[in-house]
Amino acid sequence: MSLYAQIVVNGLMLGALYACIAVGFSLVWGVLNVINMLHGSFIVLGGYLAYFAWLHWQVSPFVMLLAVSVGLFLLGFLLQYGLVNRVVSQPVLTTLTLTFGLDMILYNLMNVWFDATPRRISLDLGRLDLNGVIVPNDRLLAMLLALAMTGVLYLVLRSSRIGRAIVAVRMDRDAATLMGIRVGRVYAITFGIGALMAGACGVLMSVVFPITTNITGLLLGKAFVICVIGGLGTVPGALVGGLALGLIESVAGNFLGAQSAILVGSLLMLVLLMTRPTGLIGKRGYQ
Amino acid sequence: MNANRFRFPARGAHLLFAGGVLLLAAMPFLADNYFVRLATFVCMYGALALSWNFIGGYAGYPSFSTAAFVGLGSYVGGLLQNAGVPMVLAWLGATVFVSLFAALLGGAILRMKGHYFAIGSITLVEVLRMVASLWVDVTGGGDGLNIRILDGGPDFAGRVFLYAMLAVMLCAWATTLAVERSRLGFGLRCISQNEEAADMVGIDTNRYKTAAYTLSAVYCGTVGAIYASWVSYIAPTDAFGILLTLKVPVMAMLGGLGTVYGPLVGATAFVLMEETIWARFLDYHQAILGVVIVLLIFFLPGGLLKIDYRRGLARIRSAAWARAGRATATEVR
Amino acid sequence: MGRLLEVQALDKHFGGLHATREVSFALEEGEIVGLIGPNGAGKTTLVNLITGVVRADGGSVVFRGRDVTAQRPWQAARSGLARTFQIVQPFPQMTVLENVCAGALFAGHAASLAQAERDAMDHLEFVGLAHEARRPATALTLPSRKRLELAKSLAMRPRLLLLDEVNAGLNTAEIDQALALMRAIAARGVTILLIEHLMKVVMSLSQRILVLHQGELIAQGEPQAVIRDARVVEAYLGSKFAARQAAHGVAATPAADTTTEVHR
Repeated sequence: MSLYAQIVVNGLMLGALYACIAVGFSLVWGVLNVINMLHGSFIVLGGYLAYFAWLHWQVSPFVMLLAVSVGLFLLGFLLQYGLVNRVVSQPVLTTLTLTFGLDMILYNLMNVWFDATPRRISLDLGRLDLNGVIVPNDRLLAMLLALAMTGVLYLVLRSSRIGRAIVAVRMDRDAATLMGIRVGRVYAITFGIGALMAGACGVLMSVVFPITTNITGLLLGKAFVICVIGGLGTVPGALVGGLALGLIESVAGNFLGAQSAILVGSLLMLVLLMTRPTGLIGKRGYQ
Repeated sequence: MNANRFRFPARGAHLLFAGGVLLLAAMPFLADNYFVRLATFVCMYGALALSWNFIGGYAGYPSFSTAAFVGLGSYVGGLLQNAGVPMVLAWLGATVFVSLFAALLGGAILRMKGHYFAIGSITLVEVLRMVASLWVDVTGGGDGLNIRILDGGPDFAGRVFLYAMLAVMLCAWATTLAVERSRLGFGLRCISQNEEAADMVGIDTNRYKTAAYTLSAVYCGTVGAIYASWVSYIAPTDAFGILLTLKVPVMAMLGGLGTVYGPLVGATAFVLMEETIWARFLDYHQAILGVVIVLLIFFLPGGLLKIDYRRGLARIRSAAWARAGRATATEVR
Repeated sequence: MGRLLEVQALDKHFGGLHATREVSFALEEGEIVGLIGPNGAGKTTLVNLITGVVRADGGSVVFRGRDVTAQRPWQAARSGLARTFQIVQPFPQMTVLENVCAGALFAGHAASLAQAERDAMDHLEFVGLAHEARRPATALTLPSRKRLELAKSLAMRPRLLLLDEVNAGLNTAEIDQALALMRAIAARGVTILLIEHLMKVVMSLSQRILVLHQGELIAQGEPQAVIRDARVVEAYLGSKFAARQAAHGVAATPAADTTTEVHR
């Protein structure tokens, strides 16, 4: 019995991280109608920065969370404002290829500067034992922080001025323009937020998993799956999708092996897309 | 403005192409193995870009499936060869297999549109790669698949594979010409511009899109099989490579989508660029590709073939006249 | 003259909205029938149901003797059912000629591209757009675009032509030209179902009128009779007005005023 409980707990902890990974990606897609192929690389960048700060200067990753968030927000903002903004209303092929190309640059640079050795911040924080279900404290902390950040984002979107502007642009760009919202600026801020969430998640992940540039594609793929399951542009959707994927991978990983778990996720997404071409739940996505 | 767009004179283009083909075919007699290899790559990517053009150019669906079909062709061709099937038959077998695969999958995958289709097509590559990695009994998994090397020495092999790729490229070119002038081509162009209106006008959009998707797979399968025989070793990560699946659409975009010669121009330019520029910066290979993409999108949005060369020339000419005119005016005074 | 189109108890819900309530009517070959109704009555939905754009929840559509209820739009087009759109949808990167060619080549069953081009030129001449043939479709003015849409539909060789608000946005002179064109089309033997808000057009063209209100077919018959029908008056002008009219025993709408546009 405790095996199943362990699987579920593992799945939920994983899922919280996944939700954090996906929420930025989902927001950018939902608001700008752009798929940010850089997302996976942003995550790894955040993780690497946290790792090296911890390694060389003994900076705690939880402090780095703040630094990385700010840094990546700026990176995302500038990238969008300077480059992506020019093609935002172009067809899918153009925007996708552009972010794909930018990703190639970032990925290559990271490989050259940091190389692809897997790195992990090992904080020895002990573990909890709840009736036979083991919960490592570093994972627990990462999960709580991930949920906290997701929660903060949700509140920002609902209550702050810029948050509501973002939601307005997501719902109806032209109407938002007529309301006096500067859509270009909203786009840049949203992209920045996406990068911020990705980087922050990278920091949290580096405490739990070995981070290497080899997983950028993998992480991006997970973000896709979560968007298809949970819908685009909403925090609750990303949360549901993330938890769902976490659970699926935990179950599949336990019975079929780690590699197969990823395959299951991808196949699930393909099947979902083929049967419901606009995603499973949540708002109808942009095409 | 499509109606007023500069169209390369058809006869001139065909002649240039014929010249290019002769040059490629004569390469073994003109230069050493390095150039023969280069020519083979030009033919290979030319065929791949032309194939992608059916679904991405004519039909307007942003597919990133190229690596899926090429990889599948590599594995099927390699496995058939290892099972004793003669090389050329193995290539044909791979072609048929990949074509059927695309035709069957097409109906389902083409229900997705825009971003979802693009993602679905990339996921296809990932799924096939994972299957190849996991199905160790059949594919050798991560260790890869070894295929018999062709007898006869490197020069002979070089020629065989050059002419094989050239043949595929010519087939792809002929198919493109046929499609461009046919009902299918017209219908695909309608679909890419306004799919709903195309439906209303009597086009069976599902059938046409599936045809385009299948066509985009046929020659990829052949290329994959030939490539496997050529390099004699394939592994999941390379066979289903993300770089390949990104490069090919970029080549077609570089030359010009939805045209007969665009993909070929783009592929040639790209391969030459890669050889001359990037080969020197091996470490930054991907970054340079990225930079090329960024430059392409900002400065060459329609591709090389859609630059209005005539207008550019006219502007240069009129500027020259204006300067001459001012000179004579001052002289007269 | 046979029954070209027979619609039986056609029904459609969009979530909570009952867009089409068991609508039944028939069209004979060679007729010109008007379909009117206040905004939101479900006229376009009805056309969408007939042409297969939207799938019906219930009922049937029989066209030329065949049950076509579950057909897809392209099948409808190929069997002789053509429609125009309120918001014109050309193929933006094609010329005027190529746009009409599309109609001729596919639904119009032209034998070849060359034949389609010849047919297309004929239809462009018929609507008066032959001189614009090589121009990009997006360069046309609104009235010309409407004529392009018409030419494209005609190139599809329809037996039944569903015209959805072809005259929206046209001025009086342009409307008169459109009217003449539509009469010429009918003279060629094409059955027409005309969705219109302009009473002038509907009254002068239609031999019969169908009135739709909140998804329900509330009246059909001769134009003069229909516009006096109490239910029709109530639908357009409200029950209080209708009651007042009935009390005074006065005709519902002045038939002589043919330029009245029915207010939405």
